[in-house]
Amino acid sequence: MSTQLVVLALLMGLVTYPSRALPLLALDIDRLPPVVREYLRLVGPAILASLAAISVMVVTDAERHSTFHIGVEWLAVGVCIGLVAARRGLLVGTVVAAAIVALARLWGLAALS
Amino acid sequence: MVSIMAASMSLADSRRRLLLDSLGIIASGIGFGLVYGLAARSAGFSPIEAGAMSILVFAGAAQFAAVGYVLGGFSWAGIALLTAFLNARHLLYSASLAPYVADRPRWVRAIMAYLLTDEAFALSIAHWRRIGRTDLWGYWWAAVVADWIPWNVATVVGVTIGGAIVDPAQWGLDVIFPAAMAGLAVGLVSGRRELVAALGGVAVAVGVSLAWDPAAGIIAGGLIGPTLGLLVPGRPSDQDLGEVLP
Repeated sequence: MSTQLVVLALLMGLVTYPSRALPLLALDIDRLPPVVREYLRLVGPAILASLAAISVMVVTDAERHSTFHIGVEWLAVGVCIGLVAARRGLLVGTVVAAAIVALARLWGLAALS
Repeated sequence: MVSIMAASMSLADSRRRLLLDSLGIIASGIGFGLVYGLAARSAGFSPIEAGAMSILVFAGAAQFAAVGYVLGGFSWAGIALLTAFLNARHLLYSASLAPYVADRPRWVRAIMAYLLTDEAFALSIAHWRRIGRTDLWGYWWAAVVADWIPWNVATVVGVTIGGAIVDPAQWGLDVIFPAAMAGLAVGLVSGRRELVAALGGVAVAVGVSLAWDPAAGIIAGGLIGPTLGLLVPGRPSDQDLGEVLP
Protein backbone atom coordinates (compact mmCIF):
# COMPACT_ATOMS: atom_id res chain seq x y z
CA MET A 1 0.00 0.00 0.00
CA SER A 2 1.40 3.39 -1.04
CA THR A 3 2.48 5.82 1.68
CA GLN A 4 4.24 8.42 -0.47
CA LEU A 5 1.50 11.04 -0.01
CA VAL A 6 1.80 10.83 3.77
CA VAL A 7 4.81 13.12 3.41
CA LEU A 8 2.68 15.57 1.42
CA ALA A 9 0.01 15.39 4.13
CA LEU A 10 2.66 16.16 6.74
CA LEU A 11 3.87 19.12 4.68
CA MET A 12 0.31 20.43 4.33
CA GLY A 13 -0.23 20.01 8.07
CA LEU A 14 2.98 21.90 8.80
CA VAL A 15 1.96 24.90 6.68
CA THR A 16 -1.56 24.89 8.17
CA TYR A 17 -0.64 24.71 11.86
CA PRO A 18 0.98 28.17 12.21
CA SER A 19 -2.19 29.96 11.09
CA ARG A 20 -4.14 27.98 13.66
CA ALA A 21 -1.64 28.35 16.47
CA LEU A 22 0.16 31.68 16.24
CA PRO A 23 -2.51 33.97 17.73
CA LEU A 24 -3.57 31.36 20.29
CA LEU A 25 0.00 30.85 21.47
CA ALA A 26 1.65 34.20 20.87
CA LEU A 27 -1.01 36.92 21.18
CA ASP A 28 -0.37 39.00 24.31
CA ILE A 29 -4.00 39.74 25.15
CA ASP A 30 -3.19 42.00 28.10
CA ARG A 31 -1.33 44.39 25.82
CA LEU A 32 -4.04 44.71 23.21
CA PRO A 33 -5.90 48.02 23.18
CA PRO A 34 -9.68 47.83 23.75
CA VAL A 35 -10.44 48.64 20.13
CA VAL A 36 -8.49 45.59 18.98
CA ARG A 37 -10.34 43.39 21.46
CA GLU A 38 -13.62 44.78 20.17
CA TYR A 39 -12.44 44.10 16.62
CA LEU A 40 -11.69 40.48 17.54
CA ARG A 41 -15.17 40.17 19.05
CA LEU A 42 -16.65 41.16 15.69
CA VAL A 43 -14.58 38.63 13.72
CA GLY A 44 -16.97 35.80 14.65
CA PRO A 45 -20.17 37.12 13.07
CA ALA A 46 -18.26 38.56 10.10
CA ILE A 47 -16.38 35.42 9.11
CA LEU A 48 -19.21 32.96 9.79
CA ALA A 49 -21.59 35.07 7.70
CA SER A 50 -18.93 35.30 4.98
CA LEU A 51 -18.46 31.52 4.95
CA ALA A 52 -22.20 30.95 4.69
CA ALA A 53 -22.66 33.52 1.93
CA ILE A 54 -19.78 32.24 -0.18
CA SER A 55 -21.01 28.66 0.21
CA VAL A 56 -24.42 29.46 -1.27
CA MET A 57 -23.71 32.43 -3.54
CA VAL A 58 -20.43 31.49 -5.22
CA VAL A 59 -19.74 28.42 -7.33
CA THR A 60 -16.15 27.66 -8.26
CA ASP A 61 -15.19 25.30 -11.09
CA ALA A 62 -12.18 23.01 -11.34
CA GLU A 63 -10.01 25.88 -12.66
CA ARG A 64 -11.09 27.97 -9.65
CA HIS A 65 -13.18 30.36 -11.76
CA SER A 66 -15.96 31.74 -9.57
CA THR A 67 -19.47 32.65 -10.67
CA PHE A 68 -22.47 34.08 -8.83
CA HIS A 69 -25.07 31.44 -7.99
CA ILE A 70 -28.76 31.86 -7.26
CA GLY A 71 -30.63 28.77 -6.18
CA VAL A 72 -32.82 26.98 -3.69
CA GLU A 73 -29.90 27.03 -1.23
CA TRP A 74 -30.64 30.73 -0.63
CA LEU A 75 -34.18 29.87 0.46
CA ALA A 76 -32.94 27.01 2.63
CA VAL A 77 -30.33 29.12 4.43
CA GLY A 78 -32.82 32.01 4.73
CA VAL A 79 -35.36 29.73 6.39
CA CYS A 80 -32.67 28.43 8.75
CA ILE A 81 -31.73 32.00 9.69
CA GLY A 82 -35.41 32.80 10.31
CA LEU A 83 -35.90 29.73 12.49
CA VAL A 84 -32.78 30.50 14.54
CA ALA A 85 -33.86 34.13 14.93
CA ALA A 86 -37.27 32.88 16.07
CA ARG A 87 -35.47 30.74 18.68
CA ARG A 88 -36.45 27.42 17.14
CA GLY A 89 -32.87 26.18 17.42
CA LEU A 90 -30.08 25.51 14.95
CA LEU A 91 -30.86 21.80 14.69
CA VAL A 92 -34.39 22.51 13.52
CA GLY A 93 -33.03 25.16 11.14
CA THR A 94 -30.45 22.89 9.53
CA VAL A 95 -32.84 19.93 9.24
CA VAL A 96 -35.48 22.11 7.57
CA ALA A 97 -32.83 23.63 5.27
CA ALA A 98 -31.59 20.20 4.22
CA ALA A 99 -35.17 19.01 3.68
CA ILE A 100 -35.98 22.00 1.45
CA VAL A 101 -32.94 21.35 -0.74
CA ALA A 102 -33.45 17.57 -0.83
CA LEU A 103 -37.11 17.91 -1.81
CA ALA A 104 -36.35 20.57 -4.43
CA ARG A 105 -33.79 18.24 -5.99
CA LEU A 106 -36.08 15.23 -5.71
CA TRP A 107 -38.82 17.10 -7.55
CA GLY A 108 -36.38 18.36 -10.15
CA LEU A 109 -36.70 21.99 -9.05
CA ALA A 110 -32.98 22.34 -8.37
CA ALA A 111 -29.82 20.77 -9.70
CA LEU A 112 -27.38 18.76 -7.60
CA SER A 113 -24.53 21.07 -6.66
CA MET B 1 -11.44 32.30 33.86
CA VAL B 2 -13.44 35.26 35.05
CA SER B 3 -16.59 36.44 33.38
CA ILE B 4 -16.04 37.83 29.87
CA MET B 5 -19.43 39.42 29.35
CA ALA B 6 -22.97 39.06 30.56
CA ALA B 7 -24.21 35.48 30.28
CA SER B 8 -27.51 34.95 28.50
CA MET B 9 -27.83 31.26 29.38
CA SER B 10 -26.78 28.86 32.12
CA LEU B 11 -23.89 26.47 31.49
CA ALA B 12 -26.16 23.41 31.47
CA ASP B 13 -28.64 24.98 29.05
CA SER B 14 -25.91 26.21 26.75
CA ARG B 15 -24.19 22.82 26.69
CA ARG B 16 -27.53 21.25 25.82
CA ARG B 17 -27.88 23.75 22.97
CA LEU B 18 -24.33 22.96 21.86
CA LEU B 19 -25.10 19.24 21.71
CA LEU B 20 -28.20 19.83 19.59
CA ASP B 21 -26.45 22.35 17.34
CA SER B 22 -23.62 19.94 16.70
CA LEU B 23 -25.89 17.17 15.36
CA GLY B 24 -26.23 18.87 11.97
CA ILE B 25 -22.48 19.48 11.87
CA ILE B 26 -21.85 15.79 12.60
CA ALA B 27 -24.21 14.71 9.79
CA SER B 28 -22.54 17.11 7.39
CA GLY B 29 -19.05 15.98 8.45
CA ILE B 30 -19.92 12.32 7.93
CA GLY B 31 -21.44 13.00 4.50
CA PHE B 32 -18.51 14.98 3.20
CA GLY B 33 -15.90 12.83 4.92
CA LEU B 34 -17.30 9.90 2.95
CA VAL B 35 -17.15 11.90 -0.28
CA TYR B 36 -13.61 13.05 0.48
CA GLY B 37 -12.56 9.44 1.06
CA LEU B 38 -14.17 8.44 -2.23
CA ALA B 39 -12.52 11.34 -4.09
CA ALA B 40 -9.14 10.47 -2.60
CA ARG B 41 -9.58 6.83 -3.60
CA SER B 42 -10.51 7.87 -7.14
CA ALA B 43 -7.37 10.00 -7.30
CA GLY B 44 -5.23 7.01 -6.36
CA PHE B 45 -4.71 7.73 -2.65
CA SER B 46 -4.28 4.64 -0.50
CA PRO B 47 -6.35 4.41 2.72
CA ILE B 48 -3.22 5.29 4.70
CA GLU B 49 -2.58 8.38 2.58
CA ALA B 50 -6.20 9.58 2.68
CA GLY B 51 -6.37 8.93 6.44
CA ALA B 52 -3.06 10.69 7.05
CA MET B 53 -4.35 13.71 5.15
CA SER B 54 -7.45 13.89 7.36
CA ILE B 55 -5.43 13.46 10.56
CA LEU B 56 -2.48 15.72 9.73
CA VAL B 57 -4.22 18.48 7.76
CA PHE B 58 -7.77 18.20 9.18
CA ALA B 59 -9.16 20.88 6.89
CA GLY B 60 -11.84 19.71 4.47
CA ALA B 61 -11.62 22.39 1.78
CA ALA B 62 -7.84 22.14 1.57
CA GLN B 63 -8.03 18.34 1.42
CA PHE B 64 -10.56 18.34 -1.42
CA ALA B 65 -8.39 20.86 -3.24
CA ALA B 66 -5.30 18.73 -2.66
CA VAL B 67 -6.95 15.74 -4.32
CA GLY B 68 -7.46 17.89 -7.41
CA TYR B 69 -3.91 19.25 -7.23
CA VAL B 70 -2.42 15.75 -6.99
CA LEU B 71 -4.53 14.61 -9.95
CA GLY B 72 -3.43 17.73 -11.84
CA GLY B 73 0.24 16.93 -11.22
CA PHE B 74 1.00 20.03 -9.14
CA SER B 75 4.37 20.18 -7.38
CA TRP B 76 4.30 19.52 -3.64
CA ALA B 77 5.67 22.99 -2.97
CA GLY B 78 2.81 24.46 -4.99
CA ILE B 79 0.27 22.34 -3.10
CA ALA B 80 1.74 23.44 0.22
CA LEU B 81 1.57 27.09 -0.80
CA LEU B 82 -2.05 26.81 -1.92
CA THR B 83 -2.92 24.92 1.27
CA ALA B 84 -1.43 27.70 3.39
CA PHE B 85 -3.48 30.22 1.42
CA LEU B 86 -6.72 28.24 1.72
CA ASN B 87 -6.22 27.79 5.46
CA ALA B 88 -5.08 31.32 6.28
CA ARG B 89 -8.56 32.13 7.60
CA HIS B 90 -7.68 30.11 10.69
CA LEU B 91 -5.55 33.07 11.78
CA LEU B 92 -8.76 35.00 12.34
CA TYR B 93 -10.42 32.18 14.26
CA SER B 94 -7.36 31.76 16.40
CA ALA B 95 -7.10 35.47 17.14
CA SER B 96 -10.80 35.64 17.98
CA LEU B 97 -10.57 32.71 20.43
CA ALA B 98 -7.28 33.85 21.98
CA PRO B 99 -8.80 36.29 24.53
CA TYR B 100 -10.96 33.52 25.96
CA VAL B 101 -8.10 31.11 26.62
CA ALA B 102 -5.19 33.42 27.39
CA ASP B 103 -4.80 31.99 30.89
CA ARG B 104 -4.88 28.33 29.83
CA PRO B 105 -1.63 26.34 29.71
CA ARG B 106 0.35 26.67 26.50
CA TRP B 107 0.10 22.94 25.77
CA VAL B 108 -3.69 23.11 25.97
CA ARG B 109 -3.74 26.00 23.52
CA ALA B 110 -1.35 24.08 21.23
CA ILE B 111 -3.79 21.14 21.10
CA MET B 112 -6.72 23.51 20.61
CA ALA B 113 -4.88 25.00 17.62
CA TYR B 114 -4.46 21.62 15.94
CA LEU B 115 -8.21 21.02 16.26
CA LEU B 116 -9.30 24.49 15.11
CA THR B 117 -11.71 24.35 12.15
CA ASP B 118 -14.65 26.39 10.84
CA GLU B 119 -17.06 24.18 12.74
CA ALA B 120 -15.09 24.05 16.01
CA PHE B 121 -14.76 27.82 16.00
CA ALA B 122 -18.41 28.46 15.18
CA LEU B 123 -19.87 26.07 17.75
CA SER B 124 -17.52 26.98 20.59
CA ILE B 125 -17.56 30.77 20.19
CA ALA B 126 -21.38 30.70 20.13
CA HIS B 127 -21.39 28.56 23.29
CA TRP B 128 -18.88 30.81 25.10
CA ARG B 129 -20.84 33.93 24.18
CA ARG B 130 -24.04 32.41 25.56
CA ILE B 131 -22.47 31.60 28.92
CA GLY B 132 -20.27 34.71 29.01
CA ARG B 133 -17.05 32.82 29.72
CA THR B 134 -14.77 30.05 28.55
CA ASP B 135 -15.85 26.40 28.77
CA LEU B 136 -13.14 24.15 27.40
CA TRP B 137 -15.46 21.16 27.58
CA GLY B 138 -17.52 22.91 24.90
CA TYR B 139 -14.47 23.35 22.70
CA TRP B 140 -13.42 19.71 22.97
CA TRP B 141 -16.95 18.62 22.20
CA ALA B 142 -17.19 20.87 19.15
CA ALA B 143 -13.71 20.08 17.85
CA VAL B 144 -13.29 16.41 18.70
CA VAL B 145 -16.76 14.84 18.96
CA ALA B 146 -18.60 16.96 16.41
CA ASP B 147 -15.78 17.38 13.91
CA TRP B 148 -12.56 15.36 14.25
CA ILE B 149 -14.08 11.93 14.90
CA PRO B 150 -16.84 12.08 12.24
CA TRP B 151 -14.44 13.49 9.62
CA ASN B 152 -11.71 10.94 10.22
CA VAL B 153 -13.97 7.91 10.58
CA ALA B 154 -15.91 8.90 7.46
CA THR B 155 -12.67 9.39 5.53
CA VAL B 156 -11.56 5.83 6.30
CA VAL B 157 -14.99 4.42 5.46
CA GLY B 158 -15.16 6.46 2.24
CA VAL B 159 -11.76 5.43 0.97
CA THR B 160 -12.46 1.81 1.88
CA ILE B 161 -16.00 1.22 0.57
CA GLY B 162 -15.71 3.68 -2.32
CA GLY B 163 -18.44 3.50 -4.94
CA ALA B 164 -21.19 2.34 -2.58
CA ILE B 165 -21.48 5.93 -1.30
CA VAL B 166 -24.58 7.95 -2.15
CA ASP B 167 -23.99 11.60 -3.02
CA PRO B 168 -24.76 13.56 0.19
CA ALA B 169 -26.02 16.46 -1.94
CA GLN B 170 -28.95 14.22 -2.87
CA TRP B 171 -30.07 14.46 0.79
CA GLY B 172 -29.41 18.19 0.99
CA LEU B 173 -26.46 17.65 3.33
CA ASP B 174 -24.37 20.17 1.38
CA VAL B 175 -26.60 22.99 2.64
CA ILE B 176 -26.13 22.06 6.31
CA PHE B 177 -22.70 23.71 6.50
CA PRO B 178 -23.76 27.16 5.20
CA ALA B 179 -27.04 26.96 7.11
CA ALA B 180 -25.21 26.13 10.34
CA MET B 181 -22.63 28.89 9.81
CA ALA B 182 -25.40 31.43 9.07
CA GLY B 183 -27.44 30.28 12.06
CA LEU B 184 -24.46 30.49 14.39
CA ALA B 185 -23.62 33.95 13.02
CA VAL B 186 -27.18 35.05 13.85
CA GLY B 187 -26.63 33.83 17.39
CA LEU B 188 -23.58 36.10 17.67
CA VAL B 189 -25.45 39.23 16.54
CA SER B 190 -26.60 41.15 19.58
CA GLY B 191 -26.36 44.72 18.30
CA ARG B 192 -25.77 47.00 15.34
CA ARG B 193 -22.03 46.51 15.35
CA GLU B 194 -22.24 42.75 14.92
CA LEU B 195 -24.95 43.15 12.28
CA VAL B 196 -22.86 45.60 10.25
CA ALA B 197 -19.78 43.41 10.68
CA ALA B 198 -21.73 40.37 9.40
CA LEU B 199 -23.46 42.08 6.46
CA GLY B 200 -20.37 44.07 5.54
CA GLY B 201 -18.32 40.89 5.70
CA VAL B 202 -20.79 39.14 3.36
CA ALA B 203 -20.68 41.94 0.79
CA VAL B 204 -16.89 42.07 0.79
CA ALA B 205 -16.48 38.28 0.86
CA VAL B 206 -18.77 37.64 -2.10
CA GLY B 207 -17.25 40.50 -4.10
CA VAL B 208 -13.68 39.34 -3.54
CA SER B 209 -14.67 35.71 -4.21
CA LEU B 210 -16.09 36.63 -7.60
CA ALA B 211 -13.22 38.93 -8.48
CA TRP B 212 -10.45 36.65 -7.24
CA ASP B 213 -10.92 33.50 -5.17
CA PRO B 214 -13.29 32.27 -2.43
CA ALA B 215 -10.39 31.62 -0.04
CA ALA B 216 -9.38 35.27 -0.38
CA GLY B 217 -13.04 36.27 -0.07
CA ILE B 218 -13.42 34.57 3.32
CA ILE B 219 -10.30 36.29 4.65
CA ALA B 220 -11.34 39.68 3.23
CA GLY B 221 -14.84 39.38 4.71
CA GLY B 222 -13.41 38.35 8.07
CA LEU B 223 -10.96 41.24 8.08
CA ILE B 224 -13.04 44.09 6.63
CA GLY B 225 -16.42 43.18 8.15
CA PRO B 226 -15.26 43.90 11.74
CA THR B 227 -13.64 47.14 10.55
CA LEU B 228 -16.99 48.28 9.17
CA GLY B 229 -18.65 47.20 12.42
CA LEU B 230 -16.29 49.39 14.42
CA LEU B 231 -17.42 52.41 12.39
CA VAL B 232 -20.89 52.05 13.92
CA PRO B 233 -21.34 53.68 17.31
CA GLY B 234 -21.51 50.89 19.87
CA ARG B 235 -23.70 50.53 22.92
CA PRO B 236 -22.15 51.55 26.22
CA SER B 237 -21.57 47.86 26.96
CA ASP B 238 -19.57 47.58 23.72
CA GLN B 239 -17.34 50.49 24.70
CA ASP B 240 -16.55 48.83 27.99
CA LEU B 241 -15.96 45.41 26.53
CA GLY B 242 -12.23 45.85 26.28
CA GLU B 243 -12.11 46.34 30.01
CA VAL B 244 -13.94 43.13 30.86
CA LEU B 245 -12.32 40.81 28.37
CA PRO B 246 -9.73 38.67 30.16
